[in-house]
Amino acid sequence: MNRVHPPLGGLPPQRARLRRRKPAVSDPSDLLKTPLHALHLELGARMVPFAGYSMPVQYPAGLMAEHHHTRNAAGLFDVSHMGQLTLSGPDAAAAFESLMPVDVIDLAVGKQRYGLLLNDAGGIIDDLMFVNRGDDIFVIVNGACKHGDLAHIVDRIGGRCTVEPQFDRALLALQGPQAVTALQRLLPGVEKLVFMTGAAFTWNGADLFVTRSGYTGEDGCEISLPAASAEAFARALLAQREVKPVGLGARNSLRLEAGLCLYGNDIDTTTTPVDAALNWAMQKVRRTGGARAGGFPGAARVLGQLDGNEPLTRKRVGLIALERVPVREHVELQSLDGQKIGEVTSGLLGPTADKPVAIGYVAPGFAAIGTRVNAIVRGKAVPMEVASMPFVPNRYFRG
Amino acid sequence: MTTKYTEDHEWISVDGDIATVGITHHAQDALGDVVFVDLPEVGKTFAQKDVAGVVESVKAAADVYMPVSGEVTEVNEALRNDPSLANSDPLGAGWFFKVKLSDASQLDALLDETAYAAFAA
Repeated sequence: MNRVHPPLGGLPPQRARLRRRKPAVSDPSDLLKTPLHALHLELGARMVPFAGYSMPVQYPAGLMAEHHHTRNAAGLFDVSHMGQLTLSGPDAAAAFESLMPVDVIDLAVGKQRYGLLLNDAGGIIDDLMFVNRGDDIFVIVNGACKHGDLAHIVDRIGGRCTVEPQFDRALLALQGPQAVTALQRLLPGVEKLVFMTGAAFTWNGADLFVTRSGYTGEDGCEISLPAASAEAFARALLAQREVKPVGLGARNSLRLEAGLCLYGNDIDTTTTPVDAALNWAMQKVRRTGGARAGGFPGAARVLGQLDGNEPLTRKRVGLIALERVPVREHVELQSLDGQKIGEVTSGLLGPTADKPVAIGYVAPGFAAIGTRVNAIVRGKAVPMEVASMPFVPNRYFRG
Repeated sequence: MTTKYTEDHEWISVDGDIATVGITHHAQDALGDVVFVDLPEVGKTFAQKDVAGVVESVKAAADVYMPVSGEVTEVNEALRNDPSLANSDPLGAGWFFKVKLSDASQLDALLDETAYAAFAA
């Protein structure tokens, strides 16, 4: 979900010179700061411009160590640049459902779900997570998209429910097999949550909302809390022996190994949920023949694709390189006879997978698992195979 | 033996008419954990500033430029097998390739250690 602009760390991904580059934003003071900014600097983070914020791309341990620490113990991520908002009122669920090909109405209280805001052509405006909190629907959207999302939501359904941005709240993610062990010392009872559920907690007088979710493929939680409490809470987490800070660099390698889309790279307004192989996110009740079929922006196209009436032109797939050469975004994919059949949208050498992994789009005839294709890296063909995702098994806690 | 530096963050250490080339401490630090290198073909001739190789971390890829014109005489196979040498010993065991100089005067225009330190600061 998290839009990671290249460059992640002062050097752009593809064929950059080693020469120092001008920062993407000319004046660093133009950048917004999260409530943990001072803590990041104290921890020795390397800060980069990202989604309009100054964000930690890595700490002194480095991307690789941070990635492995998250897979082995618990990594703390500052994702306060992401947008939090609430929808409330008796018609909120039905109104929100009218923006997405997703079942919002039937989501039980305390449950969380993945959603997709679509434009009228069925393209993805943003991907998001939402929770039915009973009194409201709590939504988390991508940082780079949050102002546009808010405007879109208000424009389309502002008359049907109360839409309240909470862009000043902090958001932390604690991810890894020991994340909940560490977190439950601060928030007893949090261990009772299962994957994709959430509950309110209080910590030192601050109101927290915690969901058992994340974007690394690991067990863990995301914690929404007031900005004023964020630093103290982060310090309390970092004082736990399992927890170390992790930057956006490792967040990107972790999510890619988990097969999760990065908005802006792997999905955008030109890709439909069916192109993006996100069919699992569209519940039966909203599909053709369902009780509440259609009725979302772009429904004709999206349902047409799902029903096979509108042929796909491309499909999102996972790819593994058969040689140890990283294959990055924008690399052309060719059939074995040299025809262009697609493009890589995210790719790197997966630190846990220990091989080059990628997400890309290919013509539908090349989307079957096991299909061999060539990636053209610096003019040379690197053999790749279409592979199932995730590249590293998910370890979500389902109870 | 003299060592010079480029504004592209390569070092070149000259011994007779053969020079050894690698990336600087600053470059490896900016890249982070190096996971892949693409080294030039032995016997191939490059002009100064040609792309002679590639160095990649998980997060980024960067071209390695030829600091001087010449013919590649040797590449560091150990680096190919263990790219992390570029991080752990960038000025030593993490060297990239050796080149036979075709115009030694090109070295004069490169940065000395003091000038590079000021440039990279």
